[in-house]
Order: sequence, then structure tokens, then C-alpha cells
Amino acid sequence: MRLSFGTSGLLAASALACIMLAGPSLAFEPENPECIAPANPGGGWDFTCRQVGKTLQDLGLVPGTVQVTNIAGGGGGVAFAEVVNKRNADNDLIVAASSATSTRLAQGAFPGNTMDQVRWVASVGADYGIIAVAADSEIETLPQLMDQIKADPRSVSISGGSAVGGWDHLKVLIAAQAAGIEDVRTIKYVAFDGGGEAVTQLLAGSVQAFTGDASEAKGFVDSGDIKVIAVLAPERLEGDFASFPTAVEQGLEVIGANWRGFYAPGGMSDEAYNYWVDAVGQVYSSEEWKEIMAQNGLAPLDLQGDEFQAFVAESVARIENLSREIGLIQ
Amino acid sequence: MDVLASLGDGFWIALTWQNLLLALIGCFLGTIMGALPGLGPSNGVAILIPLAFSLGLPATPAMILLVSVYFGAMYGGRISSILLNIPGDEPAMMTCLDGYPMAQQGRAGEALALSGVASFVGAFLAIWGLAFLAPQLVKVALLFGPAEYFALYAMAFATLGGIASTNQAKAAFAAMLGLGIAMVGVDGQTGVPRFTFGEVHLYDGIDFLVAIVGLFALSEVFIFLEHRGEDSGTNKASKIGIGRITPSLSMLKSCTPTMLRASGLGFIAGVLPGAGASLGSFIAYSLEKRLVDRKGTFGKGDPRGVAAPEAGNNAAAGGALVPMLALGVPGSGTTAVLLAMLLALNITPGPLLFQNNPDVVWGLIAALFIGNFMLLAMNIPMVGMFVRVLLIPPRILMPIVAMISFVGIYGISGSSFDLLVMVVFGVLGWGLRKLDVPLVPIILGVLLGNQMEANLRRAMTISDGDWGILVASPLAIALWAIAVIGFVVPIVVGGVMRRKMRGGVAD
Repeated sequence: MRLSFGTSGLLAASALACIMLAGPSLAFEPENPECIAPANPGGGWDFTCRQVGKTLQDLGLVPGTVQVTNIAGGGGGVAFAEVVNKRNADNDLIVAASSATSTRLAQGAFPGNTMDQVRWVASVGADYGIIAVAADSEIETLPQLMDQIKADPRSVSISGGSAVGGWDHLKVLIAAQAAGIEDVRTIKYVAFDGGGEAVTQLLAGSVQAFTGDASEAKGFVDSGDIKVIAVLAPERLEGDFASFPTAVEQGLEVIGANWRGFYAPGGMSDEAYNYWVDAVGQVYSSEEWKEIMAQNGLAPLDLQGDEFQAFVAESVARIENLSREIGLIQ
Repeated sequence: MDVLASLGDGFWIALTWQNLLLALIGCFLGTIMGALPGLGPSNGVAILIPLAFSLGLPATPAMILLVSVYFGAMYGGRISSILLNIPGDEPAMMTCLDGYPMAQQGRAGEALALSGVASFVGAFLAIWGLAFLAPQLVKVALLFGPAEYFALYAMAFATLGGIASTNQAKAAFAAMLGLGIAMVGVDGQTGVPRFTFGEVHLYDGIDFLVAIVGLFALSEVFIFLEHRGEDSGTNKASKIGIGRITPSLSMLKSCTPTMLRASGLGFIAGVLPGAGASLGSFIAYSLEKRLVDRKGTFGKGDPRGVAAPEAGNNAAAGGALVPMLALGVPGSGTTAVLLAMLLALNITPGPLLFQNNPDVVWGLIAALFIGNFMLLAMNIPMVGMFVRVLLIPPRILMPIVAMISFVGIYGISGSSFDLLVMVVFGVLGWGLRKLDVPLVPIILGVLLGNQMEANLRRAMTISDGDWGILVASPLAIALWAIAVIGFVVPIVVGGVMRRKMRGGVAD
């Protein structure tokens, strides 16, 4: 699915022509813009690349189209290693990332790689976590669920779409810590292949609760099949989720945002980095993107450049601490 | 009659020149992609997403294009299975078992035409199922918890015996090898990497596409190299000729019950997320073998052995759209891509899709009907063209197969590591062929092993380690019963039957 580099000369020529036409106002413009989705087509990263790529194109911020390359493997680790080792000086490249990326970086699941090896560009939104139960469940609030876990940890199984130690799992553990459960390792978390399967198993009655992202649950919230007992956002979400209370309202200081954003190669030039920060920022503030966010249950998270870099660093540090506390890493 | 009225609206939406043209393009490209080893339906669909985007297609035409590719690829996968003994994609694996022997007997044309008809029947029935039963069928998917899935996979392995090999021990060995290969990668239930040797490329496990292309396509190339173009398998076929290119009426008639049964089974397998088309074609084949293989002709070029998996896997493709549309849960790699496409088009699949976006759903279903007829009309006349592949001398054909294998795998993953893994599988496949170990059970192990293990462990987590959960529901008990019967009966009854049959034939 890679673009043949035989055509790059032609593209370079046309890009040069574009730059000359556009005048000297643009310091940098990618010749051959590319977005790596570190997973197979169909997942969240693929979606981020394709949607942002399409919006970049619609807004005329890039010449031509943004080539999306899928480099699957190692939960994003293969793409991360590829960028660090082989494409470190590539100015035309951005890579889709999310909380899953920072979680794996924090837990050392990308062997030999750290977050400092790349430049963090910008976020394009966040998918806040939710905890839900089946519509006919007796549990109505998050403290109720936590009390039941406290009383009998074996009686509650929680399904989620990420592996053990992944973001969906960590969200429950953070909530449990906030609720004063001492040994969070007693919580039964059942990992499924993606949020859709995990919700389905909640409906099937195999598990008692579901942890995931707001966007994953949207279809089932609309149909009334599941009951959201807590949204892990600082404030109530807009739209369909406005009627659901946050965990903070219920007295549990838990905020879990699955952010989506991009990183770029560590050796990218400053002009190119600034260009991408600016371009992704423009996508974020566009009307088109607001619509996409609304339709996909994405909440605002507006961080660019240094701010985003600091945000990712903080999130990596926090997850590292938490993972160490619960014994996921030594 | 709501359904028929909605379907009428769907045809109204689908029957525009633009949509028909898109369906035609999709069907054609899909057939080609399906036939090429390595490029399966999921890559085919993924490759065309940017095209749909850059054409600026609205939701319904975009979905029509992509599902045409999907169904086309399900049709196309069989072509290389039958002609070259190399499955074009994983669900077409079972078609090798009888399709290739038929080709070797000079009946390649018949096999291709018959499998085209079987594909049509499977897909056609599945689309009716999708149109009428989708909302109800969702409830079937909800009956399956982790324990039931485990029983389902166990059933698949229990009925494995005798597939592709007269030697049960070798089939069992191959299945175990496949299960072992499936264990490579990060364990989802604990997050611990297993058998990865610190190699990040192995964290996601071994892609079964890489395994299939290596085991089937590359090993074929190696065997050709070994014989240096002497009388190898493909060569034989070309000497025999291509035979007639339409199936006889009597053959179609004898295969009709097979196609109907296989379609039903395949459709149900497709509806279950996590089972999918490969399981559909596998169960269709192995149960059909159990039911009608009185003379032991399955695996030696029995037309019913071609009809069953093809009807099964195409029905499963239709079935897989049920959980994708009605639950938003992809049942296979391809439906995962389609799901992402729907999301990108701002349509949220889920319980309310049928109410909120009836134009998309019914337009899609109508397009499937149209696409299916196009595929039949396209595939039957093209049989004559496809079989000419057999006339290409192996010394030209085999390098092409090798090239397509490498380009295909690199194109999917963009990773040279996968190419190395593929070569290792090629060598492994070559060795196993020498030892007469069947390759199909290996792929089954790789395909189903992870899911089987994950579901067992999910069930165990939920039940706190109580094995009783595996037989705690009537559905699970029923699945175990079929598994036990499928495993034990052939051993006990098979011998008796065979002796009787031999007696019968002698009379």
C-alpha cells in the first residue's frame, strides 16, 4: 500500500510548482504527505489518519492527498521502531497515536523505545471513558458498583476492549483506587478484541459491567440497551451523553481520556514540525472537524506543539506510576 | 411485507447508472484481488477506501463499491485454489481439497463453474437471510458467551479428523502445530509477550495470511524448483487439458442439497462475530463430508467437496454483515474495514442503524443482490479464460506466483520481516509436504487458536476458574454433543461403514 517512490520526482516537481504559485508565505510544505496508521485498516488509528488526512486535503493545507500507510504490529511498536530507526529525518510524515501509545510507552512495551525519540505534534480530540452496565442491571451509580466489588470482588466481571494492562483496564483500576479499594488486582477484568465485542458480551449477560470509550458505546446508548453509570470526564459531555453523570459528580475523582493525536519523526526539521503543528491545529479548529468530532463522540482536547508534548509526558509518567503500583511492571 | 417494501426502496436507490457501474467495477476488481494469493477481501476493501474517498462518494455508493469488492473477492478466492492449489484467501482454503484434484483430473473448468454457481447460491441465500432475519439474528450472536465460543471452536477441531489426509495422526499433528504457532505474540489476557524473543514484529503474533501464502504458494514454488520443471503438479494438469467449462445439469442437481446445507451453516457461522467465513467453509465441508461421503471420494475431486465450502464461505460473507450492521461488531477483518468506512462516513452501525439509516442498509442489501448476479454473469464466461492459466508453463507461472506472493505480503504489512517469516513458512510447507502432513489443519490452528484460547480464559476468569461454566448453558452442551459425536462416530461407525460399502461395491 506504499506509494512507489518512483513517482516522487514528479510529485516533487508539482509540489515545487505549487509552492512557487503559493508565493513565499509558506516556509515549508510537504512534497509527499504521509500518515502512518500503526495498525491494520479499520481501527481508531486508521480512522484518525484517514479523517485528518481527508480534512487536510479538503482545507487545502496539503498538496494533493495524504497517503495513509498501515504499518501494523506490536500494538503500534513496529511503526514506532520504523519511524525512529528508518525514517527519523522524514519531514513529510506524521503518525497517528492515542492513549494506547502512551500506555505502551509507559509500560516499556515498545522495547528500547521512549517517548523522547519522536516529536509530539498535536491532539485532535479525546474520547472520554465510560463505565456502563446492562439496561436491566440493579446497579445505578458508580459508587454502587464499587461497593459491590468491595463486598465481593468475585461477583463482578468487567469487560473491555483492550488487553490486560491496557487503557480500558487502567480506567477501572483508577476508579477503584479512587473508591478506596486497596488491592485493585482482585478486580476481574475480561479482555476482548475491541469495544464492540466487549459491549456485546455485556448485552449477552456474560459480564456485569463494561469499560470503554464513549464513542464505542454510542450506538447502544441510543438504543437503550446499556446504562452508562459514569462518564470519566471533568464535566458532562455534550449531546447524547449529557444526561449521564460524571464520576467526579459522584464523588470519585476519576478522569480517563483516550486522546487521539499525532507524533512526527524525532529528526524532523523545525520548519516542518511547525508546519504540521499548525496544519493539524487548523484541522482541529475547522467546522468540518467539529462535525466529525460530534458524529464520533469525540470531546474537545486542544493541545498543540509544546503543550501536547508536556501532556503526553505527564500521561506517560502517571501511567508508569500506576502500572508499577498495581504490579504490571517492576 | 415491510421487508419487501424496504427492499423495493433499496433497489430504487441502488439502480442508478453510477451505482451499477460501481458495483461492476467492484465485482471485477474483487474477483481479481481474491484470486491473487495474499490479497484477500480485507486488503481489497482497504485498498479501495482511498478511492471511495477521493471520488467523494456519498455513503450508499461507497458501500456498494466496497461490498462488491468484498463479495467479488469471496468469489475470486477459489480460482487459484482450484487451478494452482494455492488459496487466494483464507476462506478459499477448503476449496483446494477437492478443487485441485478435480483440476488434476482435467475437470478444472467444471470445478470453476460449479464453484461459481455454489458461491452464487450461498451468497444469494445469505442476502435473503440478511434482509429478513438480521434484527432477529442478532439475538443468536448474543447467545454466545466465551464458554459457547470455546465449545464452537472445540467442535471445529473435533470434526477435523480425516480432512485432507488419510492419516489421522498427521492431521492432529498439523492442527497442534497450528495451535502452537497461534500462541506466538502478546497474550491479551495478561499482556505478557510469549515466544517473541524480544522481537517487536512478533508481538501481534503471526499473521495467518503470511502463513497461508508461505505454506501454500511458496512451498509450491520450492517443490517446482526441486523438480526443476519436471513433472510437477501443475504441469500434469496442463497436460491433461482443461475439460468442459460448464457443469453438467446432473452435477448441479447432485450438488444442490449440499449447497443448501452449506449455505445455512456458513450463514450462521458468519453471523457469529469471531467465527467468520473460514470457519463457515470449514464446517460446511467437514459436516458435508460426514453426511454424504459414503464412498470416500471427498478429497479426491468430489464436486460436492467444491460446492460445500464455496457455498459456505460466500454465505458466511453475507452473514458477517449481520453483526456489523446490527451490532457494530465486526465478525471478520473485512467487516472491520467496512465498519471503519461506515464510521468515516458518519454512520454509526448499531442497534438503531436499520431505523436511522434505512437508505444505507436497504440500498446496500439491494446492491448485494445486484452484485451477486453480476458476479455470476461475470464468472461463468470467465471460466474459459481462467483455466488457460493452467496452460501457462510452470517455468513461467511459478516465478509469477513467487513475485505475487512477495509483493502481496509486502504490500499489506510494508514489513520485510513478514517476508522472512513467509519464507520460513515456505520452507516449512515444503518439508511438511514431503512428509505428507496436510497443511489445512495448520492454518485452522493458526486462525482459530488465539480465539479458542482467549475465550477459554475469558470463561475461566468469569467463572473464577470453575470448569463447569463450559457446560453451563444448553447451547454449550449442544455444541459439545456435536463435537463428541463428530469425533467419536467416524471412528466407531466409519470402519463398519467402509467395510459394508466395500461389500456393496463388490456386489
